[in-house]
Amino acid sequence: MALDKIGIAKRIAQELRDGWYVNLGIGIPTLVANYIPEGIEVEFQSENGVLGMGPFPFEGEEDADLINAGKQTITTMKGASFFDSATSFAMIRGQHVQLTVLGAMEVSESGDIANWKIPGKMVKGMGGAMDLVASADNIIVAMMHSNRAGVSKILKSCTLPLTGVGCVKKVVTDLAVLEIKDGAFHLLERAPGVSVEEIQSKTEGSLIIAGDIPEMKI
Amino acid sequence: MNKVIKTVSEAVHGIEDNMTLMLGGFGLCGIPENAIAELVKKGISGLTCISNNAGVDDFGLGLLLQNKQIKKMISSYVGENDEFERQMLSGELEVDLIPQGSLAERCRAGGAGIPAFFTPAGYGTEVAEGKEVREFNGKPHILEKALHADFAVVKAWKGDTEGNLVYKATARNFNPMMAMAGKITVAEVEELVPAGTLDPNEIHTPGIFVQRIFQGNTFEKRIEQRTTRTK
Repeated sequence: MALDKIGIAKRIAQELRDGWYVNLGIGIPTLVANYIPEGIEVEFQSENGVLGMGPFPFEGEEDADLINAGKQTITTMKGASFFDSATSFAMIRGQHVQLTVLGAMEVSESGDIANWKIPGKMVKGMGGAMDLVASADNIIVAMMHSNRAGVSKILKSCTLPLTGVGCVKKVVTDLAVLEIKDGAFHLLERAPGVSVEEIQSKTEGSLIIAGDIPEMKI
Repeated sequence: MNKVIKTVSEAVHGIEDNMTLMLGGFGLCGIPENAIAELVKKGISGLTCISNNAGVDDFGLGLLLQNKQIKKMISSYVGENDEFERQMLSGELEVDLIPQGSLAERCRAGGAGIPAFFTPAGYGTEVAEGKEVREFNGKPHILEKALHADFAVVKAWKGDTEGNLVYKATARNFNPMMAMAGKITVAEVEELVPAGTLDPNEIHTPGIFVQRIFQGNTFEKRIEQRTTRTK
């Protein structure tokens, strides 16, 4: 069965390593913080200016001055710090953050990503996404494999305006874990009960299937 | 040097039609809400506003948008504002969307005497159109230019009569860089204290960057996304 958003977040959480500073984007990526593997310590950076982000506050303890990049009220952990936006993006561009997880509307087999604009329809702006994807060494994209109409979002080349070129290395969807290298998607894992054939049929970009593809362990 | 201004009306004196303003804040967090309300009241129009976001429909910069006082927005993310989207898609509002880190750095550069810099952000996207590309360490970068403003309007938690500022939590965001980049910087604070009260070790924005400081009358400090957990 295809994963839900929580399943995708749980699978991505398995990629976390002890001692990492991690930036989580809005949407599914935010959920990753709820599933940190036992025994490891990571610290979450939010690009609006906080390192050491904690869980949502208890009701009645919200502070309008303390939010994440999704404008949600948050708390901080012991050892947290606050900083201005220039310092925040120095952490990002300067590659001091070890992992970036973000959502996407489309990704391509060459690692391009589109997630900020639908011409003539929707204009949200890129926020920090272009800085993040242009600089981070380790980017994981969390997304649905196809849109509501069933059209693949795992493409040969993106149709929407780009956020960054050649930057995505790993994609976790409701159906699969994919690695992008040498201009193709490499199928690493499939969601429990999802067949390789189904993934193939919902992937427009080049898909490399080598050997037996294991199921994800969620 | 005493920078204290008594009223918000005097604090924004000199802001005129068609000027360029920088306004601090991220979402509705750390925005100069008293000064914005005053600009709405004065009806100053044709403004170019440099601000990470554009408020929501009925608060923050959204109030200036509703009144059609803004000619151009320079922002990174404007997703929470229907009126903004309508004005942008219909062409009434000119919009320059800039990656958030580039926006912060362009403000910082403006205040720091750096005319331009190269960044990898936006290479290969429409943000790079018309901009010089140069390779450093085998990676392409685009040239981004410093931003300046006739007035920077920022918001701090505490400030003293000398214009020294301390911000609270994530309400700091763009305020420090914008304070540096305004020809005239107006700081709106929740608590105005005598010089000598704030610990010099803990000043975020030194008073040299601030020309006017005033204590806001009221702070609504609206929360955009109230998220909580249960005990």
